[in-house]
Amino acid sequence: MTNPNQKNVADASQTVSGHRGLSFEEAIIFEIDTPGSSAVDLPEPEHDRDRLGGLRRRGGVGLPGLSEPDVVRHYTRLSQKNYSIDSGFYPLGSCTMKHNPRLNEKMARLPGLADIHPFQPASTAQGAYRLMDTLAHWLKELTGLPAIALSPAAGAHGELCGLMCIRAALQASGDARSVVLVPESAHGTNPATAAICGYAVESIPGNGNGRVDLNALKERLGPDVAAVMITNPNTCGLFETEAKEIADAVHTAGAYFYMDGANFNAIVGRVTLAELGVDAMHINLHKTFSTPHGGGGPGAGPTVLSEALAAFAPVPFVVHGPRGLAMAEHAGQGEAQHSFGRMKGFQGQFGVFVRAVAYMMSFGKDGLRQVSGDAVLNANYLRVRLSEELTASYDGICMHEALFDDRFLKDTGITTLDFAKAMIDEGFHPPTMYFPLVVHGALLMEPTETESKATLDQFCESVLALARKAKRGDAVDDFKNAPVLTPRRRLDETQAARKPVLRWKPVPMPQAAE
Amino acid sequence: MRYLPLTEADRGAMLSTIGVDSVDALFSELPTGDLSFDLPDHQGELEVEQALTAFARENISCADAPSFLGAGNYRHHTPASLDYLIQRGEFLTAYTPYQPEISQGTLQTIFEFQTQVALMTDMEVANASMYDGATGCAEAAAMACRVTKRNKILVSGGVHAHYRDVTQTQLKHIGLTIECLAPDPIGIEDLIGRIDDDLACVVVQNPGFFGHLVDLSPLAEECHSHGVLLVVCVAEPVSLGLVTAPGTMGADIVVGEGQSLAGPASFGGPGVGLFATREKFIRQMPGRLCGETTDEDGRRGFVLTLSTREQHIRREKATSNICTNSGLIALAFSIHVTLLGEAGFTKLAAINHANAVTLAERVGVLAGVKVVPQNFFNEFAVTLPKPAADVVDELAVKGILAGVPASRFYPQYEELSNVLLVAATEMTTEACVDALVAGLKKVL
Repeated sequence: MTNPNQKNVADASQTVSGHRGLSFEEAIIFEIDTPGSSAVDLPEPEHDRDRLGGLRRRGGVGLPGLSEPDVVRHYTRLSQKNYSIDSGFYPLGSCTMKHNPRLNEKMARLPGLADIHPFQPASTAQGAYRLMDTLAHWLKELTGLPAIALSPAAGAHGELCGLMCIRAALQASGDARSVVLVPESAHGTNPATAAICGYAVESIPGNGNGRVDLNALKERLGPDVAAVMITNPNTCGLFETEAKEIADAVHTAGAYFYMDGANFNAIVGRVTLAELGVDAMHINLHKTFSTPHGGGGPGAGPTVLSEALAAFAPVPFVVHGPRGLAMAEHAGQGEAQHSFGRMKGFQGQFGVFVRAVAYMMSFGKDGLRQVSGDAVLNANYLRVRLSEELTASYDGICMHEALFDDRFLKDTGITTLDFAKAMIDEGFHPPTMYFPLVVHGALLMEPTETESKATLDQFCESVLALARKAKRGDAVDDFKNAPVLTPRRRLDETQAARKPVLRWKPVPMPQAAE
Repeated sequence: MRYLPLTEADRGAMLSTIGVDSVDALFSELPTGDLSFDLPDHQGELEVEQALTAFARENISCADAPSFLGAGNYRHHTPASLDYLIQRGEFLTAYTPYQPEISQGTLQTIFEFQTQVALMTDMEVANASMYDGATGCAEAAAMACRVTKRNKILVSGGVHAHYRDVTQTQLKHIGLTIECLAPDPIGIEDLIGRIDDDLACVVVQNPGFFGHLVDLSPLAEECHSHGVLLVVCVAEPVSLGLVTAPGTMGADIVVGEGQSLAGPASFGGPGVGLFATREKFIRQMPGRLCGETTDEDGRRGFVLTLSTREQHIRREKATSNICTNSGLIALAFSIHVTLLGEAGFTKLAAINHANAVTLAERVGVLAGVKVVPQNFFNEFAVTLPKPAADVVDELAVKGILAGVPASRFYPQYEELSNVLLVAATEMTTEACVDALVAGLKKVL
């Protein structure tokens, strides 16, 4: 869809090649195919005796051929079309985009940690077991809970782990409950997880100052409620000050308290979950413990468990045996007698564990306390400075993220989306937009502890200037057209969904005779 | 602390802007309690490196021993440019591409990955990735139930035990019936006779867990005549360069583990789940999808699409709860496939098969050793004259990683105790095979 008011910026820098200086156009690999080329020189197979039983693949696969220089250039050019934490400020709320130390990458590539197989005999993998045991120790210490399941592959997977433990514990006591309560401000994964664990989901309202309404919760608790899932600090960036009262009420009602640990970065080293009455919480190693997001994973979601849930943890887990460390791999047997089953192939996200351990050892218990301190300091600094022009949704101190809504854009004709896109032209990744759903036109900003004051000041000055420009009312089109300085301008998402094109297809050729 | 840019002066200035006295004052809403962690304080890069290296030294790396380990996780060579490219910060340190104008790099690589997976499996469409093959298998079975509006799942005994276990675990609370057949080392189970009109899907693996290669076309035909979907798992994607693709044989959903082409085993994770299906089922697919579109200047670009299936929009009605998946490992998989190209990929598969045939010929003639499957790709089960776990332990002492004993997965099946899985790849040299053969002669 073309906006009639847009300035045609592309025209201004039209080139013959389509490239624009350092901004390269790059075709799809299938369009730069040189048939027969390969970037890998392989020897001929030693012989051609086959035991395929007639199942040899006929016809080609259809993959393109490229030389190594072509491949390196292709991906280098594509990489340059990405925003990243290495290149700029990424205040994406609830995503904890912090610096990823390269030491962690180097450690994950040590041959003794990378080139090891999940089914090596235990006697040849004691270091791997010990690393997993070390990670478990750190996470149990930092949360104050006695048990942990390391294998969940990401946050949502960890949520499922926690709920499956809760369900197993309830079943073991003959208690069939059918409902999970989730605050209206929750991440979408919470209700989705509860549903695939077979629970009906009910929403709990907020109390007007951004927290769970304790009275509404108490009113709804009853013999049909299995668990309550609460993110703390919550998705408004606020600490649930009544967390302990919530836990007590939940436990009194015979239910379990699941805490979503997506925002653990705000409180690491400053409070234990034991103190908050938590029964289970997943920890996103790719957030709090700085393993890279990789454009959408891999993550890891180890889940800490209270005494009441420990026996139901999924396999595999490390156990201390007479011949050193061993792995409990079979639910229903030995130490895993009450385990609810297996969630993941092999031994979990081991490569992610290595990175997290390197990160934790680097910071130590003293440094991790400084991590949460600086993360919260940075968020409050943004909250106060930006409140000069933006509208913060809640008064008072926030935790690791600051929530704004779109009241400051009232009557400007400019939306949260337009404002976020204008931030891109200023060289910043936009905050999380339109989430949480409990405020209108949300902008959720999480700076993390790895940003300097100078970066925050530059960001604040740019955003304040944009806000003033928006309020002036004479530059609506600039916002509507933004971004203009990017490899692509706004993309037509409606067209993408209406007529999905999910893969490249060859241009049809005239049928050749067989 | 090297990863924290704020100075004490910065903190002081910022606190005064905020109007509080100390960083600790920002946490006044938190309950106070015991914070005496049994953990060390911070350490320098050198000390951390030494500590991690100590862990590494306690393991025998597959680089230092002839290795025949497989069972769903395979050791292949990866070109140097692959590891360089995935460590480019623009790929490594980007988030999920929620802002497409500044994420075209990640988005285009996903589009290319989806295309590669679809071509390799001979399916019409693929998603942006699942966590791994096992979780992908569970998601496929659940999807088949949504598509067919039936609730019975049949899992072949040739499916990887972890895929089976994850499927059973993940789907056990949503009213589905999952029948898992006993492990089938000989390859004689009758699936066709079990197909009926109540079944949502049959889940098989090809090559099977014990190595068998099977023509799935008759099974697919029987499935389709009863409205049943055929789910095919591929634990070794290199096989797709030589063996008839699942899609060609009539699969409706193909899931796989991409680790073997993406990089080192890394003790089994992170991997990447491959997930491909027919175009008519796309609205029932789990996970992220990247689609082509145009920008305001009419130029081709890419976006995440069909997100009304997903948890952040659909919440409890989503097709899956998956959010973070395995983006970087999918990229590694895709880059390796691009580096190989058609010629390299098919040749790599041929080398793997040739080396496995050689291995079968060499160990199959040892006294008391029998190669079980007639047809296989790069891994097969052998029966030994004594318990395979003992053989593996004895050879480990001699510095040989001889394979994976079936008892590791099926300790309760006495009849599998002498079964060993052995795999050969392009990394398996003649010297490796010599070492295994000599070792087996000594311990058998």
